Amino acid sequence: MIDRNDPYFWADLLDTILRGAGETFYTVGVSLLLTVLFGLAAGVLLVTTEAHGLLARPFGSRALGVALNRVLDVVVNIGRSIPFIILMILLIPFTRLLVGSFIGPTAAIVPLSIAGIPFFARLVEIGIREVPRGLVEAAQSLGATRWTILTKVLVAEAVPALALGLSTTVVGLIGYSAMVGAVGGGGLGDVAFRYGYQRYSPEYMFAVVILLILLVQLFQSLGNFAARRLSHR
Amino acid sequence: MISVSRVVKSYGSGAAQVRALDDVTMSVEKGEIFGVVGQSGAGKSTLIRTINSLEQPDSGTVHVGGRDMTKLAGRELRQARHDIGMIFQHFNLLSGRTVRANVELSLEITGAGRAQRRTRALEILELVDLHGKADAYPAQLSGGQKQRVGIARALASNPSVLLSDEATSALDPDTTRQILDLIRQLSKDLSLTVLLITHEMDVVKRICDSAAVMSQGRILEQGSVEKLLTTEKSLLGQALFPLGDIPPTSNAVVEITFTGVATDRPVIAQLARQHGIDVGILGAAVETIHGRQTGRTRLELPGDERTVSGAVADLRSQGLYVEVIK
Repeated sequence: MIDRNDPYFWADLLDTILRGAGETFYTVGVSLLLTVLFGLAAGVLLVTTEAHGLLARPFGSRALGVALNRVLDVVVNIGRSIPFIILMILLIPFTRLLVGSFIGPTAAIVPLSIAGIPFFARLVEIGIREVPRGLVEAAQSLGATRWTILTKVLVAEAVPALALGLSTTVVGLIGYSAMVGAVGGGGLGDVAFRYGYQRYSPEYMFAVVILLILLVQLFQSLGNFAARRLSHR
Repeated sequence: MISVSRVVKSYGSGAAQVRALDDVTMSVEKGEIFGVVGQSGAGKSTLIRTINSLEQPDSGTVHVGGRDMTKLAGRELRQARHDIGMIFQHFNLLSGRTVRANVELSLEITGAGRAQRRTRALEILELVDLHGKADAYPAQLSGGQKQRVGIARALASNPSVLLSDEATSALDPDTTRQILDLIRQLSKDLSLTVLLITHEMDVVKRICDSAAVMSQGRILEQGSVEKLLTTEKSLLGQALFPLGDIPPTSNAVVEITFTGVATDRPVIAQLARQHGIDVGILGAAVETIHGRQTGRTRLELPGDERTVSGAVADLRSQGLYVEVIK
């Protein structure tokens, strides 16, 4: 139990919360970067390696396209079907191998990214699928390379949808980060768990919850705003 | 300029196999506007897509400006496509780019520099009468304006061939006419060869020099529009001048096709006067094709065989195209 009458109580609370928020920003930020990088690639490949897709024949081989598509689909589904708390535990050896420890904010990045990538990949897939097929054909008729079509047509036209997908992913990652926090990943989840739950301090618990609500509101609004500004449909 | 030879293209396999193109041979002369008409599902779309190799035929060859498109791949194919512009029924503009940026896409692809892209885009937008809309987004434009952007994009890289895939099918009649006139004008000014596909006879009537009629993957007839109109049992002629069914009659029935010159001559009155025939008019249709009055009249000619054949011979000697129906 934390002594609420301690003259440093509120100062300590602020300090702790800020440290937690900083760690959350760090883990979520880095995870988001990795998620966007790999999730975008995976999402684009999921759509384009389908039959009659832009990359149906990577390096001239349809077999490779089919294989890539199947493998990605299965991997993404597996990633999405394992509950995060279990994924975290499953990944402990892998995390250790990668960062040398499975405790702390840096270690938290590994399960967060691995959960985020398939999640974002599906959202990218939906966004890219909504780009009318005719646009690809128009670019092809102009003599565009596949890379140009990929970047300037498929991804460029999906940007509003990607912005929405991104904010949804950030919100998801913040939620997951709290879970990682509870098992040694640091961040706001760690603060809420150790101070709020284990040491029975409702102030800490509420402070964390309110901060999380504000963060989620902020990122969702940012995403909505960006999607609106970027869409000219 | 474009020559398609014995092209076959099938979809599906086994019993469900459909021949979208069934031994198609046709040719489009340099500088002409060639229209392919047919119902949806006739294979028109597949045909036009083989011209710029968006579709690969199973067999046969497709030559555009001397290059065999079916043999090209990779860089060579992309380069060949720079010389073949294409416009679409649903315009296919990028919603996230302004009008100017849409046109510039074409030039980004051909590798033009920034300043050059800008100048060329504005120049070509001027040509399609859209210079005031350079900074608008496609969603802010009307259908006709969107198609003008499509045309500007297709022509920005100075192609010598323009393919039009039902480009006016999503437009209202007025706008359709404007777009067709623009295509006609541009084809003249830029000496473009135009191949268009459509299910609207009006399009052929308004701008085509030559046409082909397609059904179930085959070309049923092709040639210059004027020649097709005066070809016996021409599908195009019948479609352009629908005269309805022939009513039951014991008399001879003939159809006269006028092109240009004869329309202002009192042909029917002459028949009555000189041959003593009480001519009955069963149907008539007049259309303006390429700005020339062209029409077809179905007449009932009572009288004995000799009188009728005399009258027909007389009409023919006046340079009229006469088809004896019964």
